[in-house]
Amino acid sequence: MTASVETLVNKEYKYGFVTDIDSDVAPKGLTEDVIRLISAKKNEPEWLLEWRLKAFRGWLRMSEPHHWANIHYPEIDYQGISYYSAPRTTKPVGSLDEVDPKLLETYQKLGIPLSEQKVLAGVAVDAIFDSVSVGTTYKAKLAEQGIIFCSFGDAVREHPDLVRQYLGSVVPASDNFFAALNAAVFSDGSFVYVPQGVRCPLELSTYFRINTAETGQFERTLIIADEGAYVSYLEGCTAPKRDENQLHAAVVELVALERATIKYSTVQNWYAGDAEGRGGIYNFVTKRGKCAGDDSKISWTQVETGSAITWKYPSVLLQGDNSVGEFYSVAVVNGRQQADTGTKMIHLGKNTRSTIVSKGISAGHGQNSYRGLVKVLPKASGARNYTQCDSMLIGNQCGAHTFPYIEVHNPTASTEHEASTSKIGEDQIFYLKQRGLNTENAISMIVNGFCKEVFKELPMEFAVEAQKLLGVSLEGSVG
Amino acid sequence: MLEIRELRASAGDTEILKGITLTVNPGEVHAVMGPNGSGKSTLAQVLAGHPAYAVTGGSATYLGQDLLELEPEERAQAGLFLAFQYPVEIPGVSNAYFLRAAYNEIRKARGEDEVDSIDFLELLEERLKLVDWGPEIMSRAVNSGFSGGEKKRNEILQMAVLEPKLAILDETDSGLDIDALRIVADGVNRLQRPDNATIVVTHYQRMLNYIVPDFVHVLSGGRIVRSGGKELALELEARGYEWLEEAVGAAG
Repeated sequence: MTASVETLVNKEYKYGFVTDIDSDVAPKGLTEDVIRLISAKKNEPEWLLEWRLKAFRGWLRMSEPHHWANIHYPEIDYQGISYYSAPRTTKPVGSLDEVDPKLLETYQKLGIPLSEQKVLAGVAVDAIFDSVSVGTTYKAKLAEQGIIFCSFGDAVREHPDLVRQYLGSVVPASDNFFAALNAAVFSDGSFVYVPQGVRCPLELSTYFRINTAETGQFERTLIIADEGAYVSYLEGCTAPKRDENQLHAAVVELVALERATIKYSTVQNWYAGDAEGRGGIYNFVTKRGKCAGDDSKISWTQVETGSAITWKYPSVLLQGDNSVGEFYSVAVVNGRQQADTGTKMIHLGKNTRSTIVSKGISAGHGQNSYRGLVKVLPKASGARNYTQCDSMLIGNQCGAHTFPYIEVHNPTASTEHEASTSKIGEDQIFYLKQRGLNTENAISMIVNGFCKEVFKELPMEFAVEAQKLLGVSLEGSVG
Repeated sequence: MLEIRELRASAGDTEILKGITLTVNPGEVHAVMGPNGSGKSTLAQVLAGHPAYAVTGGSATYLGQDLLELEPEERAQAGLFLAFQYPVEIPGVSNAYFLRAAYNEIRKARGEDEVDSIDFLELLEERLKLVDWGPEIMSRAVNSGFSGGEKKRNEILQMAVLEPKLAILDETDSGLDIDALRIVADGVNRLQRPDNATIVVTHYQRMLNYIVPDFVHVLSGGRIVRSGGKELALELEARGYEWLEEAVGAAG
């Protein structure tokens, strides 16, 4: 690459503003008292408080996973974080008219249409601001078909049996360091239940926003698709620009019963930090789905462009016979970003199938690692996996790493792994420039082509958004 | 249209073009011939603005502008087109999408409105005929998995869509069988107009049986050692490049 291709010009992060709103913030630090406070603020039943405390006690005995992950960051001071923050004006609201106009304005700036009139046809939205859910649109319309789509807090109050049955059933509180932390302090999140035989007519969507300084966001999402149900769920995230790092440790659990399908799409654009690596979100997330029933299917699609560090492995437990797990991922690192992301496909049932398509793009000084496990257990006869893992490098200072783990304990299983690494070529850029495109459009076209197999899995509006976002995150990666 | 004066260019420390002077007027076809390593492809790349080459002297004026000051995309937007010797693959990007993006960039630069995909498709269908192709090629990724001949044909399709004022064909004949060569040459001929010009860079005379040049220039060692009419190409074919190189050597 010539100097012209190396020049870094950093563009402003578009969502880096702070909303000036009075917040109810818990004192910094993590103790059993703080957990009791969170639980009390949310009027939780005793069993949930006990669950949290048990998780907390487990967490105290665990250590952070950065010993094996290919990420590097200074020690996090878990006592320096506030574990609960809520906009003070937000009480449990019955309709959007009661939501603080400043909050609505924030979501408008983000391009999230909260007011029901303006909601894009076919998308219902739950918005999480710091720790609390501020409004769920289309709730009533969905209820007509028995679909529950609400904040986690509401679900605990209104559907305690469902929550109690499935909470922690896919990601136990003791699963890992960050999942345990989340279980202890999770504040809000989304809850979805689609009843037997119902095809959810809308794309369900959550928008996460971290606003307050020195807080973490620890949301928890639980989605259950009952027998023969179908649901498509979208998730987007942003945060203000700040010089210090902020922690986001979420947990997502999906449960697909017999013949059910869950499609979960994420466009993650948390603040990535500046060019020197100051600030940005630590995105340490545990996402896992369980294909509990026969012929069920769980499909993850993620476009990860933000965060200073991303550590996440959306996985599928293929328990039911003939169940299908999919993971389509685009991860972009630029500036000083680091990503260690991939998936785990655990084949337990017969004739289970999984597909992994991972596209990693590294620019600037970014470090991008794909880490994926394909595990076939003894009873999973006829299991099949196909993995394709492609890396693209832009410039000379970035890195791409691939860590595939394949464990097969059944002789009838077949796994395929294909990997490639390419460098965005000066010849490709010159070719497109010679046809009239400027450098940024040329890069954007090449990268979008590279990611095509993943983008085609995204719902239409999201795919367009993702393409634009990709252009924005790579802006300035090439001069 | 194009005035090149004493143009010198290097790749790294190696000087490849050592003072090229050439004038191309509208309506003309120029052939630039020469043995391997004579600098003819470098000349094509330098005119298109390839970053691997540094211009170290001389000038090039294109339609009254200092060509060497323009970015490659500005040259393209001003109607300069290079048919690549080795067309580049862009996986995952459909030919149709790519062509429309390029077409619209050039329209925008001319202050014209962008065309939508439906209008563009109409234009495309008509241009496809020029290279004797069906619409199925448009959904394939740009040059990805194309045969050598298909890649060259795709270059001429792009030329047909973008309608350049000055087209530079860099070894477009290499790797083509005789039928493909005829199709490609026919396409180029049909795109000839009194207000545009073509520079054909080639090693062999074969191509010039189909695209008949008004002028032939022979490059050797980074200089034009002889210019003449189309008969010069035939003479080269009969006598080889050594004859000229020896003649130049003797004269020098």
